[in-house]
Amino acid sequence: MLERAEIIRKEYLRHDKKFPHVWCPGCGNGIVMGALLRGIHGLQLSKDDIVLTSGIGCSGRMPTYIDFNTIHTTHGRALTFSTGIKLAKPELTVIAVMGDGDATAIGGNHFIHAARRNINLTAIIINNSTYGMTGGQYSPTTPFGSKSTTSVYGHVEHAFSIAELAVTAGASFVARGTVYHAVHLEEIIQQAIMTRGFSVVEVISNCHVQHGRRNKLGGAVEMITSYKENAVMIGKAAKMSPEELEGKFTIGILANVKKPVSSEQYQRVIAEARQNAEKIASEKETNGVKRYEE
Amino acid sequence: MVIVEQQKRVLLQGNEAIVAGALAAGCRFFAGYPITPASEISELLSVKLPELGGTFIQMEDEIASMGAVIGASLAGTKSMTATSGPGFSLMQENIGYACVAEVPCVIVNVMRGGPSTGLPTSPSQGDVQMARWGTHGDHPIIVLAVSSVSDCFSVTIKAFNLSEKYRTPVIILSDEVVAHTREAVALPDAEQIRLIDRIKPDVPPEWYTPYADNNRGVPDMAALGDGYRHHITGLIHDDRGYPTQNSQEVEKFHKRIHGKISKGFQEIMVTKAHLMEDAEIFVIAYGSVARSALKAVRDARAEGIKAGLLQLITLFPFPRKSVDTYLRQCRVVIVPEMNMGQMSREISRINQANCRIVKHNRIDGHLINPEEILRHLTTV
Repeated sequence: MLERAEIIRKEYLRHDKKFPHVWCPGCGNGIVMGALLRGIHGLQLSKDDIVLTSGIGCSGRMPTYIDFNTIHTTHGRALTFSTGIKLAKPELTVIAVMGDGDATAIGGNHFIHAARRNINLTAIIINNSTYGMTGGQYSPTTPFGSKSTTSVYGHVEHAFSIAELAVTAGASFVARGTVYHAVHLEEIIQQAIMTRGFSVVEVISNCHVQHGRRNKLGGAVEMITSYKENAVMIGKAAKMSPEELEGKFTIGILANVKKPVSSEQYQRVIAEARQNAEKIASEKETNGVKRYEE
Repeated sequence: MVIVEQQKRVLLQGNEAIVAGALAAGCRFFAGYPITPASEISELLSVKLPELGGTFIQMEDEIASMGAVIGASLAGTKSMTATSGPGFSLMQENIGYACVAEVPCVIVNVMRGGPSTGLPTSPSQGDVQMARWGTHGDHPIIVLAVSSVSDCFSVTIKAFNLSEKYRTPVIILSDEVVAHTREAVALPDAEQIRLIDRIKPDVPPEWYTPYADNNRGVPDMAALGDGYRHHITGLIHDDRGYPTQNSQEVEKFHKRIHGKISKGFQEIMVTKAHLMEDAEIFVIAYGSVARSALKAVRDARAEGIKAGLLQLITLFPFPRKSVDTYLRQCRVVIVPEMNMGQMSREISRINQANCRIVKHNRIDGHLINPEEILRHLTTV
């Protein structure tokens, strides 16, 4: 375990300038980054072939620290950049890491369309229920009644379930994990990367500094421990009563479907269009010669 | 031989010529969102790009289109998008990103009447200053204008060449009249077209400094997946691409990205002088209005007036040197525009010769006629 950690530290992190990182002590982002790197290490992918994109916010800083081809894009737009990259160079493995506000508020439209389109991309969404970097305003996943710097009287809106949203929008692979279940997280990230088509991993994570503190959820340890207590594997949840599931949430794989992947389908379009163009060109050539002879 | 030449002369509308120019320039990726009067560009490219092994995608909006264009360009593919005013507004965020991260790309804005949903789909030149200053922050950018179908072809090639050479977004301003006018044009052979590609690094990856200054001010650009792993961000960054707030590095960054365009002024700034040698009065025009202006100038000449036309192909960086020369030569300049006077501001700004500036602005959704311009030429 320690040996692997050392390999990952040496092999995958950028040491020339970028540490210490910007994240608060106890932040879940580091656990997600660790799971991502261990997952990729396990898959034995070449660093040259991986593109890691991000949007804006705390999650957006992750690519800066990692020695892949990394792109810190604009707020909410990581999936749009990723779409262009994947279509222009399909051999690359493209992974976008986003936050809940990044992916489902400002980037919500891009998120559902990326899922519908089913391009071969992986989206990792770190859901900490708040806008951490800007000071703890309410996000699309802030629970009803919660306090934030823009809902001091209690939040009056309802939260998105990101993974369920991704399933409905048509993603090929959807899973949810938490920063407590780090080994499980590594496995579902690996599965997501290996899936052909659009895959989503929602990671329930802690922002004890902005969200936890204002809602009396404790510090990092208490929040992360609560995921241990409240997360139920999907299979197990199916056998539990609604009363038993009160206050719990499910983790595991929500969807794993095989269907045509648009980035692969487009190769068929190219082949067909080329064939068609060649046919027309050869016809033109024959006609042209005829006209000349006449 | 005659037959061959006839085959080369084709009847095209402006939007079709932009497509032909883009493909000739090596564009192999397009992302866009439907909008009149730019949709023909999307439709045609959706057919033509896959024939050449390229990619077309219709995105969920113009924000996404611009993001995909940047992504494809970073992956090493010449990329473009096309839109009109409302879509151009949405693209501004990521255009700024392309300026800061220095991503070559071409954005066509077929102008229609604005503001907001505005006047679909009548011609306008209302987006001129927006093309220069639409995205926030001080940024360098190149803006070119087309006035004819043959311009649409050649200026689009120039736009790609400049974007690749200077690693900058280049905006082409067309308008509804140019976009939908059909003209017979002779397109040059592929061998006759000079193409410029971005310079790729030739050092070993461990020596590559992605944003290092050089004598051109334009760093070599590695494509994603070429083995030159590096960081790309919209944050102000140091030579290695990492975010910085160090004031010296921040200043150096800004000076370089502005400086690279200044170094290329001579090549970037293009104007066409018509009948200007002995002109005493002249018109400055661009886009479809330049066509009316040329007719007006010729008619004025027929009446014995020494009139000329300076047509602006490059709007920004503002072709100061060329405009200044003629402001010193002539006593009056007429500036007809289909807006409230967006380019005449630029002309006033540099008018040290105190040439009299006569604005002629039309914003009723109609093209300015030659007669309107001729009236000024004969009366001032």
